[in-house]
Amino acid sequence: MGYVLDFGWLGDAVSLIASGAAMTLFLIAVSAVAGIVLSVLGAAGRRSRHAWLRHAIASYVELIRNTPFLVQLFFIFFGLPSLGIRLDPVAAAILAMTLNMTAYTTEIVGAGLDAVPKGQREAALALGLRPRLVFIKIVLPQALKVIYPALTSQIVIMMLESAVVSQIAVRELTYEADLLQARTFRAFETYFIITLVYLAMSIGLRRLLVASGNRFLSGGVS
Amino acid sequence: MIEFTLWDIIRNLLLAARWTILLSAVAFVGGTAVGLLILFMRISKRRWVQRFAEYYIGLFQGTPLLMQLFLLFFGLPLLGLRIEPWTAAVLGLTLCASAFLAEIWRGGVQAVPVGQWDAGSSLGLHYLKQLRLIILPQAFAMTRAPTVGFLVQLIKSTALTSIIGFEELVRTSNAINNATFEPFKVYGFVALIYFALCFPLTRYAKILELRALKH
Repeated sequence: MGYVLDFGWLGDAVSLIASGAAMTLFLIAVSAVAGIVLSVLGAAGRRSRHAWLRHAIASYVELIRNTPFLVQLFFIFFGLPSLGIRLDPVAAAILAMTLNMTAYTTEIVGAGLDAVPKGQREAALALGLRPRLVFIKIVLPQALKVIYPALTSQIVIMMLESAVVSQIAVRELTYEADLLQARTFRAFETYFIITLVYLAMSIGLRRLLVASGNRFLSGGVS
Repeated sequence: MIEFTLWDIIRNLLLAARWTILLSAVAFVGGTAVGLLILFMRISKRRWVQRFAEYYIGLFQGTPLLMQLFLLFFGLPLLGLRIEPWTAAVLGLTLCASAFLAEIWRGGVQAVPVGQWDAGSSLGLHYLKQLRLIILPQAFAMTRAPTVGFLVQLIKSTALTSIIGFEELVRTSNAINNATFEPFKVYGFVALIYFALCFPLTRYAKILELRALKH
């Protein structure tokens, strides 16, 4: 016995860890923005007059929410090429993350839309605003304010879950960790450091989202 | 090359799904036991005990499960413990589940009106009896829906143990895919099996939620 922890490799690894972290942040930024835009459409579609649209979106949400992200990722990256859709790892990761994110945030946005009192819509319509403007200017901002904390949590959860995309060789944080530990033979120390980096990133991301939410929402709503 | 019929694929996947179910069940039971302990610490009156539980929960909710599994898988052997993928998987999921369950139940405990505690002490019950007879039954009743919801999340999380080499559904499907080169079919079936496991529970959670709203 007598294993001695060794962090001597860390100095050379900093730039690799930083580039991996940057990739992770890039992935979550793109899929969060795309996911939220899509989920606004999804939540609106779920309340549409067309039954087929409501059912289609509901099925999509249930399918994604009841299967593991890893399986969705493998299906997209390994399975879709047999339909002739071939994606490079980064595109497959972004697609999988966006689809996964959208399923959860569609529910969240939907709950927000339902929380806006009906009178707000009616008042805006009575003032002569067109239905689309009523949605964009009156209902959506109020809904976003209600659901902002839930959206923040969902984005952080997705960032942590994105560790899995290392399995299709996307060069994000976990993939860099895998490479590092293979080179240094210091698996425990490597994953320990990377875990701390993830912890710092999730705390930092949450703070950033809360701070920008306070700023943007109080200005945008009232 | 071995020929795989459709039935071979499905049969092997279903056999592997037993391990997914077993792992989920063991981790849920273990997570409940450890989670109760964390819950007691989280609602303790001692500040430092409370703090410890808070950090414990924050640590598991703020890092990827994959990293937690890697740390156990590579870390425990350093302490001289021989560790198999199964042990690391059970331990990792149990600890992670305990953090999430403790946090869910804490919400329940805090939602119980303070008057219930007061009533308990006026009846002469000591702290543990108040918890066991008055507070926890109400807290659990209130958090039944999120607890079942977390079980769904736990079942999906077992997929990650394939990465540290535990032979569950996803790892078996990777092996089958390497032999058959039919990823669309194989991963499609895997998704369906997970769906069949999770969807009824999701539905059940929804029913519990609606029932709770009515009261």
